[in-house]
Amino acid sequence: MEAHPVGSRWAMKARERGAKIIHVDPHYSRTSAISDMHVPIRAGSDIAFLGGLIRHIIETESYFREYVVNYTNAATIVNADYQGPEELEGVFSGFDSGSGTYDRSSWMYEGGEVASAAGQREHSTQAFSDRTGAGMMTGNVRSDETLSDPRCIFQIMKRHYARYTPEMVERICGISEEQFLRVAETLIANSGRERTTMLAYAVGWTQHSSGVQMIRAGSIVQLLLGNIGRPGGGIMAMRGHASIQGSSDIPTLYEILPGYLPMPRANDDDLTLAGYVSGGGSQRGWWSHFDNYIVSLLKAWFGDAATPENGFGFPWLPKISGNHSHYPTMLRAFEGKLDGLLVMGQNPAVGSANAGLQRRALGAMKWLVVRDLAEVETANFWTEAPEDIGTEVFLMPAASHVEKEGHFTNTQRLLQWRDKAVDPPGDARSELHFTHHIAKRVMAHYEDSEDPKDWPLVNLHWPYSEHGSEQEPVVEEVLKEINGYDLETGELVPGFAQLKADGTTSSGCWIYSGCFADGVNQTRRRDPGDLDAPGGSVSPEWGWAWPANRRILYNRASADPDGKPWSERKKYVWWDEEREQWTGYDVPDFPVGKRPDYTAPDDAEGMDAISGDDPFIMMADGRAWLYSPSGLLDGPLPAHYEPYESPVPNHLYPKMGANPAAITWTHAANPIVPPGDDEYPIIASTFRLTEHHTAGPMSRNLPWLSELQPEMFVEIDPQLAAERGIEDGEWMTVVSPRAEIEARAKVTSRVQPLRMGDRVMHQVCMPWHWGAYTSSPQGVTGDAANDLIAISGDPNVSIQESKAFRCDVRAGRRDRATTERQAGTQDVESDHPPEEPKKLSQTDQADFR
Amino acid sequence: MTEIAIDRPESRRMGFFTDTTVCIGCKACEVACKQWNDLPADGAVFRKTSSYDHTGSLSASTWRHVRFVEQTEPVPLPDLPAYGGGNGGHGEVDLVAAAEAHGVPQMDRWLFMSDVCKHCTNAGCLDACPTGALIRTEFETVIVQPDVCNGCGYCVPSCPFGVINRDPYDGRAAKCTLCYDRLEDGLEPACAKSCPTDSILFGPYDELVETAKGRVLALHERGVTDAYLYGAGDEPGEQLAGELGAFFLLTAPPERFGLPAQAESPAQENGPVATAAGLAAAALGLAAAVGAFARAHRR
Repeated sequence: MEAHPVGSRWAMKARERGAKIIHVDPHYSRTSAISDMHVPIRAGSDIAFLGGLIRHIIETESYFREYVVNYTNAATIVNADYQGPEELEGVFSGFDSGSGTYDRSSWMYEGGEVASAAGQREHSTQAFSDRTGAGMMTGNVRSDETLSDPRCIFQIMKRHYARYTPEMVERICGISEEQFLRVAETLIANSGRERTTMLAYAVGWTQHSSGVQMIRAGSIVQLLLGNIGRPGGGIMAMRGHASIQGSSDIPTLYEILPGYLPMPRANDDDLTLAGYVSGGGSQRGWWSHFDNYIVSLLKAWFGDAATPENGFGFPWLPKISGNHSHYPTMLRAFEGKLDGLLVMGQNPAVGSANAGLQRRALGAMKWLVVRDLAEVETANFWTEAPEDIGTEVFLMPAASHVEKEGHFTNTQRLLQWRDKAVDPPGDARSELHFTHHIAKRVMAHYEDSEDPKDWPLVNLHWPYSEHGSEQEPVVEEVLKEINGYDLETGELVPGFAQLKADGTTSSGCWIYSGCFADGVNQTRRRDPGDLDAPGGSVSPEWGWAWPANRRILYNRASADPDGKPWSERKKYVWWDEEREQWTGYDVPDFPVGKRPDYTAPDDAEGMDAISGDDPFIMMADGRAWLYSPSGLLDGPLPAHYEPYESPVPNHLYPKMGANPAAITWTHAANPIVPPGDDEYPIIASTFRLTEHHTAGPMSRNLPWLSELQPEMFVEIDPQLAAERGIEDGEWMTVVSPRAEIEARAKVTSRVQPLRMGDRVMHQVCMPWHWGAYTSSPQGVTGDAANDLIAISGDPNVSIQESKAFRCDVRAGRRDRATTERQAGTQDVESDHPPEEPKKLSQTDQADFR
Repeated sequence: MTEIAIDRPESRRMGFFTDTTVCIGCKACEVACKQWNDLPADGAVFRKTSSYDHTGSLSASTWRHVRFVEQTEPVPLPDLPAYGGGNGGHGEVDLVAAAEAHGVPQMDRWLFMSDVCKHCTNAGCLDACPTGALIRTEFETVIVQPDVCNGCGYCVPSCPFGVINRDPYDGRAAKCTLCYDRLEDGLEPACAKSCPTDSILFGPYDELVETAKGRVLALHERGVTDAYLYGAGDEPGEQLAGELGAFFLLTAPPERFGLPAQAESPAQENGPVATAAGLAAAALGLAAAVGAFARAHRR
C-alpha cells in the first residue's frame, strides 16, 4: 500500500471479499493501517520469525502432506556427511572459518552430485568465479515417502527448526508469543485444498546480510502449506519500479545473460561453447535445453558471423573474474582505478549504500555520463567541491516513460506494451535512441579493425531501422529480435520450444520467445476477456507473460498427483483423460501430453527424467526444494543470523552473530560497528513513502509531490524522543560510523520500542528519498539516509544490508558535513581488492562467544 | 436548494461518495486534482503533529485534501533498561501479562480521509454570494465562475465546512468544481478517476446514496459497527446542510476529521433575517439594473 498504491487496488479488493491481510514489518506504514494484523518484528529478525512458522507447521502437522510428499524434496535422503547448525553450533558442514566460505559437497542428496556433464564442477568456495548450480543436480537419489528416515529432508528440517520455538520468536523478534501464534494459525487455516495464501514482499526484504535466505524461508512456508503453483498462492516480489523484473530478465546485472543464462566465468571450462554448455546446462529437466538458448542468443547478437565453426562467437563474450557488481565497482572507482562510468536512470549519490562514499567515488573518475530526467545528485555532486573534483560530467537528458514506446515487465512477469503519448522535450531521447547511436558510432570506429579482440564489434548484428527526424530506432524490431526468428524462413518463431542449437534460429531472450508470435505484438493486447467466466480472471489476452504466456509458474502443482484439481474452488490446470492432455484456464507449465502416471526411468535424460507428478520442471529432480543441495552459498536451509550491525546476541546460535558467509568490504571509508559496541545502540531501518519515488528525481523535482512530503524525517518512538529531548517536527541528527544526517523528527507511536528479553530496544525508521539537490525551484532537498548505511553484501547476490543498521540519535541539527567523519579515508588502501570481497570470518564475531 | 443555473435536459444530480474504510492515504486524488485543474503547489512546509499531512487543509489551491488521523497508543512495556541507556519501559505493565489479560496489545488505527467540497443542498457559499459568481450547475453541484467573482469573500465564512477560500494572489474565491469541465464531456472527476482503491466513488447522487447505505450495512455485518454516513441518509431535520452532494463513510466522530457535527448554510439558519436582507438587496439591485439599462438605452 505504502510503496505500491496502484497494485494495492487488488489487495483492497481481496480484503473486501474476505481476505485477511497480515503485515509483517518493523515499521507501521499505511500498509499496516489497512491490514487486519500488523506484526512489528525487529528489523533483521525475519528468519527467526519464519523459522518459527516452519517449526509450528511441522510440529502441529499442519503441512499439506500430499503436496509436500509429492511435489517437494521433503522425502529425499541427504548425504550422511551433512551436518547443520544444530550439530555445529551455528554453521553448516563444510565451513572454512579462514575464508568464511563453504565447501558445499556434503549438502548434496545421497547418490546425487551437482550437475556437470563434464564432471568438473568443483564445489566452489569462491562464489564469483564459479556458477552456483542453482537447481542443478544429477544422479539417482533415494527417498522415503513416509518422511521418517532421519536423513530425509523433512526430518532434517524438523531438527533444524526445533529450536525456533514461539518463546524464541518472542525473544528474538520482540513480538508476543500470542501474536506469533495468531499469524501461524491464520496462515494454516487459509491453506490447503480449498484455500491458498499469497506472500508478497517488496525488494526491501532482500536488503539483509541473509536476504536470499529470508526469501527462501518464505518459500519454505509456502511450500509446506501447498501454496506454490496454485491460484491465489505464490510469492510475489513487488518490484521497486517499473520493469525491474524486465531488467533481470534481460539483465542490467553483471553475472547473467538474457533469460537467466549464466555469464561465462574466466576459467578453463568456459573458454569454449561446449564447455560452457556442459557446465551450465543440466542433464535433467528443462535446463537440458540450455544449448538452444545460448546459441540462439549468439545468433541474435552476431548474425551470419556466428557459425558452428567459431562457436557462434561465444569465445568473444566477456568473462567475469570476480564480483563486478555495483559496490565493488564503486569501491574500485573510490580507489581511483576506474576511468569512467555510464549511469542511466540511477542515482547512486543518493540511492546506494554509503552514499557519501559513492559521491567521492564519482569524483575520483575521469569522466561520467549521466542520463536522467533531471539533473540528479549523481550529475551534480561535483558542486560540493568544484576545485577538488576533476571528473568531467556529461548530463544527457532522458525521455520519460510517456515520451517513448516499449514494454514494461512487472512483478507478475507480464509484458505490457505502451505507446508514446508525447514527444520528449528538447534534446531528451529514449535509452534506445542513445544506445543505438552510441553503438553505431562505436561500430563505425572499429569497422576496419583486424584486431581479434574487436571481432564482436566488427560482427555485431545491428539491423534496426530508424524513423522520424530524430532517427529513433524502431522499437518493435527490437522486440521481434527478442522473440526470435527461424533464420531459414525469416519468420518469427512461435515460442522457445522452436529454438535450436544448430544456428538456424535466433532469440534475444529465450524466455520472451513468443511475445511476437504470429507476427503480432502480443504485449500490446488489452482484452481482459470475460472476467466472470470460470477462470476468467486469468485474462490470457491481456499483455503477454513469460514464459509462453503462462500466468502462474509451475501450475501443474494446482492439480493433485493424479492430475485432478485439489478442489473445485482452486481448480486451475488439470489432466484431461479423454483428450490425453493437460488443460485448464492457464497455459499448462508441463509437457502437455505427459501423463500424470508417467514414471521417469532411472537412466532418463532431459525432460524424460521428469515424472508425470513432478511439477517443478526447471529443477533437475522436478521437485520444489525445501532444502537446497546446491545453488546457495550460505547454507541449504535458512538459519537465523543477526544483522551485521546488531546490538543483540544471536540467541539461537550463541556462538554466532551475523551470517558467517556474508561479505563485506573493509575499508576506512566503510566502517562497520563491531559487535558489543555501545556507541550506536539503536536499530535503524529505511522505508519508502507513497509520495516519493526512489532517490527522488521523479518526485522531489515536482512541486505537487514535494509539498506532500517536503522534508526528510525520521520516525521515532515517544519514549526515546523524550529521553533525548527530541520534539515532533523539530530537527534531530542521526549518527552512524559512516556519516551523520539531520532530519525532522516525526515522533509517533507507530514506531514502538521492543522488548528484547530483559532489555528494551528502540528502533528508528526513515525514508531514503532525499538528496542534496533539486533541479526545480519548488523542489525539495534533504540529507540522504543512505549516507548512514555501510556497503555490505549478502553472499549470494551482494545486496547491501540497508534494512537493519545501527545508529544513535540526538536533538538538533548536524554541525558539520554529513560525511566529514570520513575525511582522509580516500588515500587508505583497503586490505583486499573490491572484486574479492572479504567474508565475515568467525574471528570477527569473537565478542559473541 | 437554489435554482439550477444551467439548463441541460436529462442531467442529474451528481456527487461523490468517499469511503474512508478503503482509503490508503496515497494522496493520488490531491495530485490528480491539482494536475487537472492546473492548481499550484502551496509550498513545501513540514507541519508538526500532523502525521503525514503536509498540505494542512482545503484551500483555494488544494481542492482535495487527505487527512491523517493517528489513533495510536504506545505498547505497554515493563520497566526495563534500554539499549543506549535510559529506561525503555513505560511503567509497571508487563507485555506478556498485558497480552494475556487483554489480548495482543496493538496500535489502534491510522485513519485516512480524502476531504473535498461537499456541494451542499443548502450551500452557504452560494447563498452568500452577492455577484452570482457561485451558481448551481445542471449537475446540482456548486461552482465558482471565476470571471464573475469579485473577491468579496462573503462566501468564505458562510461555508460551515471551511472549504471555500480566496486565492492569496488574485483574491478570488476558488474550490472544487466536481470537475465541471469533465462532467460536461461525460468524464468522471480527476480525483475519482485516479483513486486506486475506489475510495472515491463518483456517480448519480441517488445511486451513490443507495450504494453507501448498502456499504454501511455490509460493514456492520462484518463487525465494523462504528461505520456511518456523514452527510447522506439522515432524517429531515437532522440533515447536514440539507444533505451533502459529496458525502462520506466514517468510522470515527466527524470532529476527528475536522468536520462539524452539525452544519447548515448561515442563510438558511437565519432564514427570516436573510430573506429580508435578500429581498432588500434584490430590490436595490433591481433599481440599479433598471437605472443602468435606462442609461445604456439612452446612448
